[in-house]
Amino acid sequence: MTKHVGIDIGSTTVKVVVLDEQYNILHKYYTRHYSKVRTETLKLMQDVKSLLCDDDSTVSITGSAGLGTSKQAGIDFVQEVFATKIAVEQFLPYADVVVELGGEDAKIIFLTGGTEERMNGTCAGGTGAFIDQMATLMNVSVTELDELSLKYDKIYNIASRCGVFAKSDIQPLLNQGAKKEDIAASIYQAVVDQTITGLAQGRKIDGNVVFLGGPLTFLQGLKIRFKESLNLTSGAIFPDNSQYYIAIGAAIHSVNNQRYTYDDIIKRLTDAANAKTIIETLPALFKDEAEYEAFKNRHNITDVRQADISTYCGDAYLGIDAGSTTTKMVLITSDCKILYSFYTLNAGEPVPIVLDHLKKIYQLCEDRIQIKGSTVTGYGEDLIKNAFNIDSGLVETMAHFIAAKKFNPEVDFIIDIGGQDIKCFKIKNNAIDSIVLNEACSSGCGSFIETFARALGYDMPRFTALALKSAHPVNLGSRCTVFMNSSVKQAQKDGASIEDISAGLAISVIKNALYKVIRARNADDIGSHIVVQGGTFLNDAILRSFEIETGKHVTRPSIAGLMGAYGCAVASMRPKKDKSNLLTMEQLNHFVHTSKAATCAGCTNKCKLTINTFENNRRFISGNRCERPLGSNNTNKDIPNIYDFKLNYLTSLKSAEGKFGKIGMPYGLNMYENLPFYHAFFTSLGFEVVISDISTREMYQTGQHTIPSDTVCYPAKLMHGHIENLLSKGVDTIFYPCMPYNFDEKKGDNHYNCPVVAYYPELLKCNMDVLGGITYIYPYLAIYDRRIFELRIYQSLSKLYNITKKEIKKATQAAYDAYYEYKKVILKYGQESIKYAQENNLDIIVLAGRPYHIDPEINHGIDRLITSLNLAVLSEDSISAYVEKQPCTVVNQWTYHARLYAAARYIKDKENMNLIQLVSFGCGLDAVTTDEVREILEKEGKIYTQIKIDEINNLGAARIRIRSLIAAIDQARNGGLENG
Amino acid sequence: MAELIYDKKGRLIFTKEMKKDYTLLMPMMLPIHFGFLQNVFHLHGYNAELLDTIGHEIIEEGLRDVHNDICYPALLTTGQLMHAIKSGKYDVHKTAFIMSQTGGGCRASNYIHLIRKTLKNHNMDYIPVISFNAVGLEKNPGFKMTLKMAVQFLYAVIYGDLLMWLSNQTKPYEVNTGDTQKVLDKWVEEINVQMKSSKNFLPKKAKKNFEGIVRDFAEIKLDMKPKVKVGVVGEIYIKYAALGNNNLEDFLHSEDAEVVVPSLLDFVLYAMYNTVHDYELYKVKFIMSKVMKFALNAIYSLQAKVTHSIKKHSTFRPMQKFEHIRALVKGYVSTGNKMGEGWLLTAEMLELIDCGVDNIICTQPFGCLPNHVVGKGMIRKIKKNFPDSNIVAIDYDSGATKINQENRIKLMLSTARKNLEKQTAKADISADKQADKTHCLKAM
Repeated sequence: MTKHVGIDIGSTTVKVVVLDEQYNILHKYYTRHYSKVRTETLKLMQDVKSLLCDDDSTVSITGSAGLGTSKQAGIDFVQEVFATKIAVEQFLPYADVVVELGGEDAKIIFLTGGTEERMNGTCAGGTGAFIDQMATLMNVSVTELDELSLKYDKIYNIASRCGVFAKSDIQPLLNQGAKKEDIAASIYQAVVDQTITGLAQGRKIDGNVVFLGGPLTFLQGLKIRFKESLNLTSGAIFPDNSQYYIAIGAAIHSVNNQRYTYDDIIKRLTDAANAKTIIETLPALFKDEAEYEAFKNRHNITDVRQADISTYCGDAYLGIDAGSTTTKMVLITSDCKILYSFYTLNAGEPVPIVLDHLKKIYQLCEDRIQIKGSTVTGYGEDLIKNAFNIDSGLVETMAHFIAAKKFNPEVDFIIDIGGQDIKCFKIKNNAIDSIVLNEACSSGCGSFIETFARALGYDMPRFTALALKSAHPVNLGSRCTVFMNSSVKQAQKDGASIEDISAGLAISVIKNALYKVIRARNADDIGSHIVVQGGTFLNDAILRSFEIETGKHVTRPSIAGLMGAYGCAVASMRPKKDKSNLLTMEQLNHFVHTSKAATCAGCTNKCKLTINTFENNRRFISGNRCERPLGSNNTNKDIPNIYDFKLNYLTSLKSAEGKFGKIGMPYGLNMYENLPFYHAFFTSLGFEVVISDISTREMYQTGQHTIPSDTVCYPAKLMHGHIENLLSKGVDTIFYPCMPYNFDEKKGDNHYNCPVVAYYPELLKCNMDVLGGITYIYPYLAIYDRRIFELRIYQSLSKLYNITKKEIKKATQAAYDAYYEYKKVILKYGQESIKYAQENNLDIIVLAGRPYHIDPEINHGIDRLITSLNLAVLSEDSISAYVEKQPCTVVNQWTYHARLYAAARYIKDKENMNLIQLVSFGCGLDAVTTDEVREILEKEGKIYTQIKIDEINNLGAARIRIRSLIAAIDQARNGGLENG
Repeated sequence: MAELIYDKKGRLIFTKEMKKDYTLLMPMMLPIHFGFLQNVFHLHGYNAELLDTIGHEIIEEGLRDVHNDICYPALLTTGQLMHAIKSGKYDVHKTAFIMSQTGGGCRASNYIHLIRKTLKNHNMDYIPVISFNAVGLEKNPGFKMTLKMAVQFLYAVIYGDLLMWLSNQTKPYEVNTGDTQKVLDKWVEEINVQMKSSKNFLPKKAKKNFEGIVRDFAEIKLDMKPKVKVGVVGEIYIKYAALGNNNLEDFLHSEDAEVVVPSLLDFVLYAMYNTVHDYELYKVKFIMSKVMKFALNAIYSLQAKVTHSIKKHSTFRPMQKFEHIRALVKGYVSTGNKMGEGWLLTAEMLELIDCGVDNIICTQPFGCLPNHVVGKGMIRKIKKNFPDSNIVAIDYDSGATKINQENRIKLMLSTARKNLEKQTAKADISADKQADKTHCLKAM
């Protein structure tokens, strides 16, 4: 009897299934291949010898890593989604939709009502590997994560687009003490949301839905989240053998293939396993043993002195670095010798760790040592500071600078690669001159390698040791984590060794840091006295890669992983105090900490708060963007905030009932700025103008399923929700014009809008079926020329309404008047703010972005964060009008962008003004503007700061940037960090 | 090195003196077409050199110099130019770059500035960068686009299109492997020789060439066993350049598919038509719009000669009329949508379906702005109107891996093969209908 064999080689596992002629499963088995794809496949096949050796069999290979093996072996390949479909049609003919989550792929198949198969794009990680990564982050096993998820109370918003994004949402939640149960369930919810937006893209997942693949087989919590989110009660099908469906499909697919004897199959697979493949490789990290020895010796020199805590008598200073994944503490003597230090993973719970070690320190100190000062830095700064009454908090960048100076007083460049962050800064005139932090999208950092090592079955020291031995490191490219995953997959497919992959990863991390984060053009760009730090640099392979790539010898302190804490300890010496406020041993013995989640009702931001309660009812609230939930009356009300002002102005535009009924307008993208214009226009014509509500996450979700491109910017994605919102208000006419051209403000060579702003109305029309049932008016308009505007709008409206040219003319006049009035009001507010700031000795931040960045759902309350730090907030358009057009090194042809350049030029000689550029993730044009704005500012000795925003809700990274900027400005004013 | 002269805005200009002994490096996009374009440059005294370099070093070079969020084609073209400059093959003081520039609202209009920025960062800003465009951006005394040149470039594009178009139709079906390549080589050589003299750029001569080309291809012995037809549309560089799309065409050939790539001329016509339409929408550039209208009609008639030759001497699928392609887009996007590939991209997908090519790969650089709308944004509606269409959108990027891309394309191909099986089965049942369809194809 002929047997049919299906071999499914996925990104992490190999599965083999043997079927008989009636498609009964005779054998099924799977194993993790730890990237030894071909040998593991061969092994699994050798195990089924007894089944196959008597008769001929047919074979098909499938799976994302199976292509190479199939080619080498000359065995038929079937694409895995196709294989899944075959299996489902065979065994579950009543299925309507199939959702299959694999190691690194996510797939959806619509079987009824128009067959359609889809896979996740290249930038989407809501998959098995993503869940693995998140579990690592929380320091639990995947099984534990699943158990936790079953006991959740509430779900947090976690960006679902890709793993890296989700991480930056989860990290702060962990650090703020949110419940692990809630986070676990939220992670699953993110996977579900990703499936709905990224894969279904507007098609409803309904009817009999089959769930397949490893994660959906083993994870109960994930199943529940899918069932609840999709409202599936009876229709959810979790079949037996669900993780084998792809292999089964391949076996069925093979039926008409050539028949092989067992020996022939083994021979083919053996040949494939032995085949040499060509992979792009790089030179080895070390030429020979001698070179490695020299390298080791060189780095052993840089050391810090220790002092014995059991004999030392005198003052001591404590530094704590409550990092994102690790907690570090250092206690030093008054001459900076280390008395006590430790470094540990915090598993998302820094408080008990710090508590433990504080107690230990007190015991060791006895009465000989007096702690005179304490400082904390890092993501968990506020929590730890409040929990233990730490004397002061310090922004991370400063802590690192202070520490680095102790190792190399001439330091002019510091790079710190930690678990989740890359930070680099240049030092000029003894002050931090420019700060670069990694964007959420390019964080190929320490924890990434660690997760990888674990996935391949190694611990870090062993994995690093392998890299040092690699003869031909694989060239893995240098993009973000998700991309690197697939590069590794490709290398695995090509049969690269673990040594070469490990070395390749180390090189990738460095290339990522150098070329993506720092954007160094050549070795001279990064200074000559370089101090490298952060736990990741303790990895010799990484350190070596850095030296090779830059061609420079660098200083790596032996306490590379403790530098933040060390810097804090040093900083604790000033100002001199008699005694630290730190909780005493007595108080620590009564220490209690509980946390609970809440939602702030203070404003539309609806911040998700975590309320930490300590003994004696001491409380600390985190997750807030402003001071409101803290109950204090000092809410910085008087500090100018033009973002708030503009939002209020636009929201308060009123309209009355009109003869033509209601006309709806979405409150997003360029309509933000053009609202006064069109509002006045239609009001004058006799329409009642209905504006959609201010964006919220919930509103976004109502339109989420109709977004066709998941890499478009968040402001554009929100438009889908705004349309739904308008319809829910009973509007049956919506006006949203296509505007390739903007107003011509004479600041650039042309006056375009970006392609997305220009044409998004057309995209909505073709993707939102609901627009088919109403009157959707989306003409091409030219707002920059009154004559053309009148002509085009008349052509468009007169077809639908009984409107005369005269009425149009009158309305147009009203529109331009209203628009210019709005512009005038902005300028006036700007000038008043500048005056107010001068009178009250305030610094001003020009928060430069696009008009739609005033949307609180888009800026996530960054404006309020800034005012809460006692800085006034202006916008680019409140000052750009005062600058004449000047030549640019890039094409300056977009109206909104020209304002950015003008704003940057405006502040160049204003001592109390600095600029922070807001950039929406996915804005391709800002790839051009950011470099240009940076250049303009740096030429004038100003510090450039950029904040990238997306769906991500947390402001942790933004806060560090803003605080670093403030610290750097202060330093520059006070003549830099003193030596010694 | 020639004397460096700058214009009022501080841009280094390409002088007449430079024209004498400078090498003009240009990045590759389409080998056949660009080879012909190079001939035209030579004919007018420019020592142009087309860069046919490939390999990972180009990407590495680009990564170092170009912001990683800028689109992939900018990274590749900058990388290719810088890689050449650093190769030691050229006297850097006697080298200039030439780069096409469309000047629209897409960020692609910035490529040329990014290259200049890069050169400056390498202290090589003595290398002039020439903007190659048809709309009069950035004048250079040493480089003038004359009408004569423009016409000759047009011929280069039309010859390139015809050769690409026909070889794509014969290569997958040839009985003797290599026949297509032989005919292709023969004609590339022939056109190269002809292009050594300006006298050969005449409609009459061209007509003869068209006929000769079509006849030669028609003589290739083919086995017309039905194969999956796959159309490739997208952002212009990624769609055409093998460096940008990881040798997509070769991959599709290896998967036994017939590749259908829309002609480059359509893009030229699209760019010209936009000027005409701009006048209709915005009442700007009245004279230019009239000139373009006139030029468009002249090109239509030249193109008609090509399609006439194809119809007369072969059974190959001819190119469709531009006006027809433009009409298809109604109900999807306006022809006012003109940034990047704009409405043409949507139209090309519809055109392919219109010709029975239901399987389409929509290519774009990762994060391509116009394609959010005209590419990915239109697929849903196209699928709704044409349920048999089978479209996959693929992003290209320095970090995106070939395996991920190929895996997704393979999924599309699996569906395509299944559909083909169904169609062939149906065709066997009703041969009449099949005859109708052939008739219909011919009528186009």
